Amino acid sequence: MPTFLDLRGISKRFGGVRALSEIDMDISAGEVHCLAGENGSGKSTLIKIISGVQRPEPGGKITINGQLVDHLTPAESIRRGIQVIYQDLSLFPNLSVAENIAIEGHHGLHLLNWKATREIARAAMEHIGVSIDPDALVSELPIAQRQLVAICRAIANEARLVIMDEPTASLTRKEVDALLALTLELRRRNVAVLFVSHRLDEVLEIAERVTVLRNGEKCGTFEAKGMTNRKLVELMTGKSFEYRPLDNAPPTEPLLEVRNLSRAGEYSDVSFTVGKGEILGLTGRLGSGRTELALSLFCMTHPDAGEIIMDGKALRMSSNRDAIKNGIAYVSEDRLSLGLVMEQSVAANTVITVLRDLAGKFGFVDQRRRDETVQNWISNLSVKVSDPTNPVGSLSGGNQQRIVLAKWLATKPRLLILDSPTVGVDIGAKDGIYAVVRRLAEEGMGVILITDEIPEAYYHCHRVLVMRGGRISGDYRPAQMTEAALQDTVDA
Amino acid sequence: MHRFLARFGRTHEARLLAVNLVIIVFLSVFATGFFSLGNAFNLMTSYAFVGILAAGLVVVLVAGSIDISMTATASIAQYLAVSVVSTYDVGWTVLLTVALGTGLMFGLFNAVLVTWLRISSIIVTIALLNVYFGLLMFFTKGDPINFLPGWYADGMSWVIAGAETNNPLILNMQILGLVLSFVLAWFLLNRLSVGRQLRALGGNAEAAKRVGFNELRLNMVAYGFLGVMAGLASLVQAQASQSVVPNALVGRELDVLAVVVLGGASLTGGTGSILGTVLGLLLLALLQNGLILIGVSSFWIQFATGFVFLVAVSTIAWDRTRQQRVLGRRIGATG
Repeated sequence: MPTFLDLRGISKRFGGVRALSEIDMDISAGEVHCLAGENGSGKSTLIKIISGVQRPEPGGKITINGQLVDHLTPAESIRRGIQVIYQDLSLFPNLSVAENIAIEGHHGLHLLNWKATREIARAAMEHIGVSIDPDALVSELPIAQRQLVAICRAIANEARLVIMDEPTASLTRKEVDALLALTLELRRRNVAVLFVSHRLDEVLEIAERVTVLRNGEKCGTFEAKGMTNRKLVELMTGKSFEYRPLDNAPPTEPLLEVRNLSRAGEYSDVSFTVGKGEILGLTGRLGSGRTELALSLFCMTHPDAGEIIMDGKALRMSSNRDAIKNGIAYVSEDRLSLGLVMEQSVAANTVITVLRDLAGKFGFVDQRRRDETVQNWISNLSVKVSDPTNPVGSLSGGNQQRIVLAKWLATKPRLLILDSPTVGVDIGAKDGIYAVVRRLAEEGMGVILITDEIPEAYYHCHRVLVMRGGRISGDYRPAQMTEAALQDTVDA
Repeated sequence: MHRFLARFGRTHEARLLAVNLVIIVFLSVFATGFFSLGNAFNLMTSYAFVGILAAGLVVVLVAGSIDISMTATASIAQYLAVSVVSTYDVGWTVLLTVALGTGLMFGLFNAVLVTWLRISSIIVTIALLNVYFGLLMFFTKGDPINFLPGWYADGMSWVIAGAETNNPLILNMQILGLVLSFVLAWFLLNRLSVGRQLRALGGNAEAAKRVGFNELRLNMVAYGFLGVMAGLASLVQAQASQSVVPNALVGRELDVLAVVVLGGASLTGGTGSILGTVLGLLLLALLQNGLILIGVSSFWIQFATGFVFLVAVSTIAWDRTRQQRVLGRRIGATG
């Protein structure tokens, strides 16, 4: 296959920081290529250079379709057939599907030709076998279909290379499969696809080659065939993460006991215990009732029947404030929308749960104690932050997640409920979170870890409860079974 | 056609149309003298000023901004234009050029300021409203112009029917201006590529920039159009009141905003239609006119207008949350 895009010696600095150094990379016409790397590895910078948004340092060479381009602008990049589909898709929710696809036709000042607009959209959709009502507004479409619209737009712009930034992040498995099928169709039409992601297991199946970046440098380009997820993770992080199931040091003292807890329409007759120092996994499919159960334990909702017993005493709670008082902390699944106030500082977010305890004589917050608390947790959880007064939004995903943890750990809980704590977090950062959780458990805290990912439940919990249809369908010890067996109990 | 009707049936405009029809039927039965061509012409004449500004404002809202300063712009355009034609022996061309030109200049200036300052446009234009109005009051000392040249005062008025009765049907400058403004706004938004760029900008400004649409230029189109409409509205209003009073117009911008929002335009940008704006204007006019005809006190009319406005925006908001919920369920269901 002829080479479509060829990059030689691409470097980029931002101020004193080196984002990319001497990257060589090539993509063949009609190739499915993956660009892998953790957050901050330089993936985004490289895309911006390919799309002409940023200029590489002098000395870098960009060759597109055999022609050396020394001054790549965004318009030039598009003209030469490079289309980027950003994670946010860059669609216009208030315009029709047809207009979104044929948006390039709206440039300049001229009379509109609605027929031509619809025709361009129809042709693009037909080209790759997609059928969406061209008159529907994009805001009416589910995410997966919006992504198709974005791909159709790339096709309508005569793309030769489609770059997809984290395309699978918000898709279900079924939708990912549809996307992969579509990618194969693009390849058949001689359109190259570059997947940019840190979650590549799905994409590996259909890719030809993988280029891995780490800290702005290229680790290499590898054949996708024979590449495993584990090897990829090693390349991206420079570390190997070998996990073994936690040893059964079954905790003896029970901390939390739940007896016959029910809530209409959500879960029913749930009973289990969590011991001091135990990490209890809670898994099951979406809608199995696990998050609903957790919300009731934290008293965000009230169970219809049953008892929650802590340290042998039945708890009577009327709000989550009581739950916090009783030593229960809950770290939400959606940390971005529920867990943090993004515009506020790291420090403010960390102490938000304990403001009352930090209050001095007249109800004002004691600044010295506040700073101590913040410093304490930042170092304790090794959060990478240059200045605690920076907004939380400026931190990376993994560090944000740790701030959410810190916020709740500051309340000195005895039972910590973590709902999908590693979603959207880099592998390296995940490892950090697991380590923190394990340490907390060793110090005697009880942990309920709610997760979708079976490996996470298998390798990082002492015991795993599987929920189905609002009931607990199984209670397993990972140390006594294989990962596949655990997977089967969920799928069954 | 059937699909089009089904789609239309779910829109805000369809509901608005239904409400308007109900009010029309009600008033036709209970208010004597309501259902007549004469009253229709009267309504169009009295609501021309608000309507023309609404036709301009909906374009700005669609592009994702807002302008509150248009009544001050109209006051200045009116004062300048009428001063010129009162002092010099010139005609329609100069009158129109000065009024529309002044409106355009202020509109373009607003656009530049809003784009460069990157502050919410409502704040910028509220400030500008006060700046413009303050300047006008300072220079005019609030003195009205009480006489318009005869060709302007009585111009652009044609009796089209009933010349022999005491209630002839008159096609006047107000009605012409109103119709013209809506036709222009419709043409801009739905027939010109720039109109779609405006809508795209209002829907997703970041994506619009990535596609290569020029934000400053588009804001200049939207605010410039509203400025020209403000100039037109000011001439229409001066003729209707046969005088120019510097502080007569400022304060009506909220009526204009009410019409556009009643019509379904969102303050967050990207949505809004000409049909909706026309229906919003009709609703406001029917309410106020109808309540007068059935003899309701003017305080209650204000109350009723506010109440209907509240109901309308509530249904719009409710509609959006419902739509989002349905969407959320659909996304969930595919998993």
